[in-house]
Amino acid sequence: MSIFSLAITVLVGVLFFVLFFHLSNFLLDYFRVKASKNFAFENSIRVIIFIAPAFIVLFVFIIYPVFETIRLSFYDKVGENFVGLFNYTWAINDPDFRRSIINNLGWLIVVPTLSTFFGLVIANLADRIWWGSIAKSIIFMPMAISFVGAGVIWKFMYDYRGPGDQQIGLLNAIAVALGFEPQAWLTIPLWNNLFLMAIMIWIQTGLALVIFSAALRSIPNETLDAARIDGASELKIFWSIIIPYLEQTILVIWTIITILVLKVFDIIYAMTNGQWQTEVLANLMYDWMFRGGGDSGRGSVLAFCILIGVIPILAWNLYRHKQEQNV
Amino acid sequence: MKKLTFTSVFSQLLLLLFVIAWIVPTFGLFISSLRDKDVLAISGWWTSFTTTEVNEIYRTKGKEDQIKEGDYYFIKSNLFDENQVKEIYRFGITSKNIDEYEVGETALFKDETEITVFENGDYVWKSKEEFKKKKGKRIFVSAKSPPSFTLDNYKEVLLKEGLGQAFLNTFAVALPATLIPLIICSYFAYALTWMKFYGRDLLLATIIASLVVPLQMCLIPVLTIYNDFGALFGVSAKSYPGIWMAHTGFGLASTTFLLWNFLKTLPSEMIEAARVDGATHYDTFIKIVVPLSIPSFASIFILQFLWVWNDLLVGLVFLDKHPSEIILTAKLKELLGSRGENWEILTTGAFVSMTVPLFIFFSLQRYFIRGLVAGSVKG
Repeated sequence: MSIFSLAITVLVGVLFFVLFFHLSNFLLDYFRVKASKNFAFENSIRVIIFIAPAFIVLFVFIIYPVFETIRLSFYDKVGENFVGLFNYTWAINDPDFRRSIINNLGWLIVVPTLSTFFGLVIANLADRIWWGSIAKSIIFMPMAISFVGAGVIWKFMYDYRGPGDQQIGLLNAIAVALGFEPQAWLTIPLWNNLFLMAIMIWIQTGLALVIFSAALRSIPNETLDAARIDGASELKIFWSIIIPYLEQTILVIWTIITILVLKVFDIIYAMTNGQWQTEVLANLMYDWMFRGGGDSGRGSVLAFCILIGVIPILAWNLYRHKQEQNV
Repeated sequence: MKKLTFTSVFSQLLLLLFVIAWIVPTFGLFISSLRDKDVLAISGWWTSFTTTEVNEIYRTKGKEDQIKEGDYYFIKSNLFDENQVKEIYRFGITSKNIDEYEVGETALFKDETEITVFENGDYVWKSKEEFKKKKGKRIFVSAKSPPSFTLDNYKEVLLKEGLGQAFLNTFAVALPATLIPLIICSYFAYALTWMKFYGRDLLLATIIASLVVPLQMCLIPVLTIYNDFGALFGVSAKSYPGIWMAHTGFGLASTTFLLWNFLKTLPSEMIEAARVDGATHYDTFIKIVVPLSIPSFASIFILQFLWVWNDLLVGLVFLDKHPSEIILTAKLKELLGSRGENWEILTTGAFVSMTVPLFIFFSLQRYFIRGLVAGSVKG
């Protein structure tokens, strides 16, 4: 399609929604003047105008699909015949599925921990150094890059050439310079998972960094100064004042990255597509969504497993929200 | 200025180490995208800043190019292709002794023909008798190649590989998929904050629950709806409006939540005063709330835009892989499969896909960070 027709499509799409709100409210005002001043009625119509589009979208794209996916997990591949727990027993016995669960657990342990840790350390370092904000910008930059783009960047880093050839991947060039054999990093089972996780850590450290930076600024300076006057070392201050102060923030960052990691798809799909024992749930699910014309039953089981992973976080968020509302 | 202590030097070094580790991968990609594809395939990008010495083999032209001057036959030409910037310092005519001659010297072949090779690759091959062979002779050269960068890869990728079209497609997906949720959700968030209606708290709780629901839970049913819809009206199930609405749906919870978080910090007296003066909710929204929310709109716009721009999964499921619909990330993934060894295409393609996010990042970083922090402190 040409630039022109794309622009028209875009414009029509956006204008549609602008006009919806504008015209419906205009009509309501118009009839209000004519008809009786029934405030309650007018208000409820306006509430409907305000929330209906969002609610319909929410229902069609989130609420209904969640329950439909759970229902489909008990049905066969075309979603027509009830098969009970068959899809679940298949999953438990499937080697790919087991591998995915183990890998996902590995991701869940390694990535949030290291991202949070690096973020915290860098935020603390950068806070006290005059070129700290430039450093933060640079480390934060991968947040703006797509997972696929990051995949290409790191695939290039991990590139492998035979022992005799010139290495063009940086990691292998370093390995060779240090006197080791070059390795095809992404094909070494178990270790390759770590190399894939490194990409996610590289991206998410920036997120942890900016949130920690904002939180660090909220620590009262008097507290820190008092500790310094009392002769506490920087390390002691870090462990005894900063860490306890940031407890909530650490928890929040941890949950955000955990949710992201549970859904990790792009990196695996672009780099290994689950080969060499790097399979994860989201990639396996995508695979089953389209394999052999699509298997909605198995795909749904896998999606449901990802949901189970986020349910504790979901419950915790709701609990906190309720507490805030009561205050 | 603090005095230079061991701790401060140590922290500077540590931070520098982190910065280097974080920037090097992207930097390497960027440099590689500017290098000549033949050089890129055989040497690391870190060698591109220095003059490198290479040993190469070229072949002279054959009998078709000979000219007769006086009693001798000559073949005069240049060993290099166009655009090659290299400086020969030695050459040879046999594989056993590839740097036998100084540049400018004359070498004698077994058939008694003579060749002189010059620094810039020009050569003169002289013979008493007519040249008879179609194929020329092999010339071994040792050359220095100074750092050189080119934009050829960008031309190739944007025009021939179809990334230019994919770039436009991504815009056509990302702009509406950012603006539509912003429009819908601003009304929604207003209603959640300032309007009283039955079920409001439940709706808010639903939004907070939806924040963390994985996308994967929604894909299969939504795809089924699209397929049924397409079949019913005889249109394609994969279309731009389709993906806009999908992105709107998947981004709705976070957009609403962020806006709601912002709107409830506005002073309620102001809104109530406007209401008492007889302004409708619509007037209040358009004339008071929207102007005050511009900075928060900017943050949310950036977050959602980057999310959509960088998304792969939704694009794969809800758009065709046809050139008129394929988005950048999907195209890049396709290239990873089909052109896995052509690093000039991959590095350049990846960098093209990163231009818009990086531009937004560097020009609007403040809003980006504000959005992220706002989203995290509460959520």
